[in-house]
Amino acid sequence: MKPNGRPGRWLIILPPLVFLLLFFLVPFGFAFKISFAQAAAHVPPYSDVLSVTPDRHLHLAISLANYRFLVTDELYGLAYLFSLKTAFFSTLVCLILGYPMAYAIARAPRALQGVLLLVIMLPFWTSFLLRVYALEGIIRDNGLLNTLLLHLGLIHHPLRIMRTNLAVYLGIIYSYLPFMVLPLFATLEKLDPALLEAATDLGSTPWQAFCDVTVPLSLPGVIAGSMLVFIPAVGEFVIPSLLGGPNNLMIGKVLWDEFFGNHDWPVAAAVAIAFLLLLAGPIAIYQYYNVRQLEA
Amino acid sequence: MPARTPLFLVSALGFGIAVLYVPILVLIGYSFNASPLVNVWGGFSTVWYGTLWHNGELLRAALLSLEVAVSASTGAVILGTLAAIALVRFARFPGRLLLTGMVNAPLVMPEIITGITQLLLFVSMVQLLSWPHRGFTTIVISHVTFCTAYVTITVQARLQSADRSLEEAAQDLGASPARAFLEITLPIIAPAIVSSWLLCFTLSLDDLVISSFVSGPGASTLPMVIYSKVKLGVSPDINALASLIVCAVGVCILFAGWMMRRAEQRRALETQLARG
Repeated sequence: MKPNGRPGRWLIILPPLVFLLLFFLVPFGFAFKISFAQAAAHVPPYSDVLSVTPDRHLHLAISLANYRFLVTDELYGLAYLFSLKTAFFSTLVCLILGYPMAYAIARAPRALQGVLLLVIMLPFWTSFLLRVYALEGIIRDNGLLNTLLLHLGLIHHPLRIMRTNLAVYLGIIYSYLPFMVLPLFATLEKLDPALLEAATDLGSTPWQAFCDVTVPLSLPGVIAGSMLVFIPAVGEFVIPSLLGGPNNLMIGKVLWDEFFGNHDWPVAAAVAIAFLLLLAGPIAIYQYYNVRQLEA
Repeated sequence: MPARTPLFLVSALGFGIAVLYVPILVLIGYSFNASPLVNVWGGFSTVWYGTLWHNGELLRAALLSLEVAVSASTGAVILGTLAAIALVRFARFPGRLLLTGMVNAPLVMPEIITGITQLLLFVSMVQLLSWPHRGFTTIVISHVTFCTAYVTITVQARLQSADRSLEEAAQDLGASPARAFLEITLPIIAPAIVSSWLLCFTLSLDDLVISSFVSGPGASTLPMVIYSKVKLGVSPDINALASLIVCAVGVCILFAGWMMRRAEQRRALETQLARG
């Protein structure tokens, strides 16, 4: 940009910067503040952390009770661990399912690639809530899966899938599979076929060439895709709420109940902050690979 | 690719696509079931589509959702395009890293955290400024926040691949930088802008978690109403509604994809012609 473009530059930069600062970043500050407050029976339902006393002094009332509660009440620890476990195994299954899919699309003829990508993208943009609801039609006791298996004589009693943890796994895998396929495709597509030919010429079997060339080169896509599945899956609410059992311990559901059921906003704020700190690592990894990929 | 794609890969792809589509197709099939019992096929009927038109609660929620989606996607397209221009065209400015982070973070931020933190912000703002009133306004603001990220990423990619020499040529011929941008580059990125508007529209129309947190009493969006009904189990009128929404969204997305593709082809052709 030329020097004379400088004042005009800020007309472009400032609106998104200020908006996101105010409505995306600053809210975390407020959540942080309120996590040190105490629940109170007025509107809004928490005590003032920072207030001005009648003699014009700033009064700071910090309560660590919420964080102490998180550590002592084993519900939250269990919920965090359970959410991490669920997200981890769902991500793994998505990777196992998604990798061959992405690879097949990357090897398809160009004209077909666009169509296949659109086919994968379409559910990704289609209503998340309604897709979870649609899955219920397949896995419920009298759903398509059980009807089919009973009809084939493979089982004699309907399988109980709804309201179990298995249903939550299936829901996450079904909903997040496209998130895995797209970044994997993006890296696999860039793979130079000459490298594979070179490996074959030097005596590798196709499987060896795949392990030694394709897998290491697709690693950025594996990481980006895994993070895109893992991070939202840890905080998933809709799937455990609709498909999981009443005692399902996903942290998103615990947080929702804390907020709408118990109306304990300060504890919910503390859970959210602790949750965010827990996710800071994975989010940083994702950002790092994302920025690197954009620059490549 | 010279080598044939192994059968294993093709069947994996076929299986994956089947997994993605079968539940939706089954849902659409059930929506034409005349029987109110979900496990009995009572013949073909469109009766459940008819009952939707007489459900006032659903219609009001649908109207609110449409208003929110139009406002939010328009806002997000403006902010997201500006952010994309800033990130692609200005190599260095204070806050660049911050903007990059804030644009990308909402993509992976769990909705439940965004929802809680934004609600706490709005509540604190009301205490200080007596604004905003929780409902339409707060839902739109929240939706703009997460939609902006999608716009920036789509437009950014387009802008990066746009040929800057055309714009430079216009400037050499006497156009101001702003005019050169508006007349040369804007038409090039226009398909990306339109398709990201459509994508934001569908994202906003679908959002449940964030809306539930930031909405106020009496302002229920369509997903909020659907969620409370679905919580009670499968019902035939929700099947019909879901089929309608899935088809409408599908058409939007296909249109967006088709537009991006056509623009791509036309650009490739023009580049070819220009090179002679």
